[in-house]
Amino acid sequence: MFLQRGSGRGFGCGRDGWAGFGVAGGAGMWALLIRDLRLAVRAGGGFGLGLAFFLLVAVLVPLGVGPEGDVLGRIAPGILWVGALLACLLSLDRIFALDFEDGSLDLLATAPIPLEGVVAVKALAHWLVTGVPLTLAAPVLGVLLNLPAAGYGWLVLSLALGTPALSVIGAFGAALVVGVKRGGLLLSLLVLPLYVPTLIFGAEAVSRGVAGQAAEVPLLLMTGITLGAAALLPFAAAAAIRINLR
Amino acid sequence: MEVRVDTLAVARGGIPVLEGVTFRLQPGRALILRGPNGVGKTTLLRTIAGLQPALEGRVSVPPESMAYAAHADGLKAVLTVEENLRFWAAVHGLRDVEAALVAMDLLSLRDRRAANLSAGQKRRLGLARLLVTGRAVWLLDEPTVSLDVASVALFGAAVRAHLAGGGSALMATHIDLGLAEADVLDLEPFRARGRVAGGRMGAFDEAFQ
Amino acid sequence: MSIWEYANPKKFMASTGWLLPWVWGMAGLCLLVGLIWGYFFTPDDFRQGSTVKIIYLHVPSAMMAINAWVMMLVASLIWLIRRHHVSALAAKAAAPVGLTFTVIALVTGALWGQPMWGTWWAWDPRLTSFLILTLFYLGYIALWQAVENPDTAADLTAVLCLVGSVFALLSRYAVLFWNQGLHQGASLSLDKEENVADVFWFPLLVCIAGFVLLFVALVLMRTRTEIRARRLQALIARERLA
Repeated sequence: MFLQRGSGRGFGCGRDGWAGFGVAGGAGMWALLIRDLRLAVRAGGGFGLGLAFFLLVAVLVPLGVGPEGDVLGRIAPGILWVGALLACLLSLDRIFALDFEDGSLDLLATAPIPLEGVVAVKALAHWLVTGVPLTLAAPVLGVLLNLPAAGYGWLVLSLALGTPALSVIGAFGAALVVGVKRGGLLLSLLVLPLYVPTLIFGAEAVSRGVAGQAAEVPLLLMTGITLGAAALLPFAAAAAIRINLR
Repeated sequence: MEVRVDTLAVARGGIPVLEGVTFRLQPGRALILRGPNGVGKTTLLRTIAGLQPALEGRVSVPPESMAYAAHADGLKAVLTVEENLRFWAAVHGLRDVEAALVAMDLLSLRDRRAANLSAGQKRRLGLARLLVTGRAVWLLDEPTVSLDVASVALFGAAVRAHLAGGGSALMATHIDLGLAEADVLDLEPFRARGRVAGGRMGAFDEAFQ
Repeated sequence: MSIWEYANPKKFMASTGWLLPWVWGMAGLCLLVGLIWGYFFTPDDFRQGSTVKIIYLHVPSAMMAINAWVMMLVASLIWLIRRHHVSALAAKAAAPVGLTFTVIALVTGALWGQPMWGTWWAWDPRLTSFLILTLFYLGYIALWQAVENPDTAADLTAVLCLVGSVFALLSRYAVLFWNQGLHQGASLSLDKEENVADVFWFPLLVCIAGFVLLFVALVLMRTRTEIRARRLQALIARERLA
């Protein structure tokens, strides 16, 4: 299948990209980040929608569970983490789908920036417009859910360290379904199982923090997942994009 | 740099469409691909651009020295003309977009959002992108779609300037750009012959022989 | 002769054509012997009564649920590295079989758990892991369904299988961390003292062999179907092109 020049393009190495990578590549990645942030701000919808969704979850859960403060306080870490995770999921399909539709992804794949770098930058942009606002909004919603005082620091810390993993894993999922029309639901089905370890460790860290136990271990394990995902998944995602483009 | 394409075979959706495509493209020359719809012009250009793997054969020039312009221009509707162009310039490690704006007559539109451009203006912006890539070989897929006569002339001039500067262009087009430096390559003879005639097959079918 | 020659679809079809009835026969024999032996000729457990006999379905299907994924991982790697179409199609064929084994393991587990633990479902680490494995299977199958071009689908699902395996493993440890659980430990390791007694163990081994053979037979059959379907598609596409 992958003969001659094709072999370089099929998987992994992306030799074409790295060859031209240098000062120009760094500037190009910076330009891509600025462009994606600018698009998110101007096109609207992106992070505002995620935040609104997060707020809705924090409002609806007490309506469903009942107003007892101690019950809400007990489940608050899990609800906030699940809410943040779902809010993050909402905007995932925009990471690559728009660039795929208007042809930008073709052009980026032939640009001097390595495609792995494109994935990493786009995941970073997604985190900046969803993960960061969610992290900052979480303590406010924690008040609504009667989160005990000991939990706020751990909540912000765990979301700050865990939401990058959500964005990177999400970017991988988005890269898989970029060629699929109306791939939104499929994307959720692919990405949610991959979110399991991050969710477990993240929510566990907050729960332990609330209970006054040592929360460092789950927090560090989750950070390990974040770092590992950020280091390795861009390669898998870039491979998926190359497959989808051909 | 001379582009040498040797016995290239390309497939669309796993089915071979062209085989044995061989040509040379000298610096300063343009090569126009001709052939009926569906013969595989786009597939051939995408393969040469490195976006999809070839079934066999080779291309002498690495994809890093080629700029590909497809049907879709890769424009962002909410960015202005200048922002769109500056982005692609930065991606290719360049800064100056003035020359490109002038060449495609976009100076007066520079602060307008791409959403508010006409189809022809968008196309001009898409072609202006080629000028900020700084790459020697242009691969153009129907570059003149939705351009009016004046814009076609503008584009023809840009291509001519590119060729004069030692660049080259490979394009699939039905319109005569009035390029004296252009050769024509008819793709009809390279049509994949299919199994019955003993031509090459897609990877999966091959295994059944 | 290299083993890779069997990766040629034609060769694969020919060799599995005569192999398949034998595998089916062996699978049927093992399952018949193992299940009848297990259900009717073993004593009741002194604590668990006759409910223990569900292990003859539960344990082998749980094992195969995981083994099927491992097989898919290996097949995906072979496809990515050596580009053998049969390998990709075998991975595709194995997924629904693996999913079925996972569901059987979950259902039989629930049936067993009800009298033992007094509940149909508990968020025990192993149950949870299997539930998560179900989700991985569903995602993998859905991706195969969603992508039109078969080679693209094979590549994408192979990448998903690779990444999914890593995350499935991570999930397993995360779940263990999250809840220590009430599941009895693995009772089949050879060196363990608290092994199940031999009377239960031998019929169980026969059942496991039966399930392995059943899996092989199902995967071979489904792979043959996939190859035929793929061949048909190629012919139709060529017809349309000509």
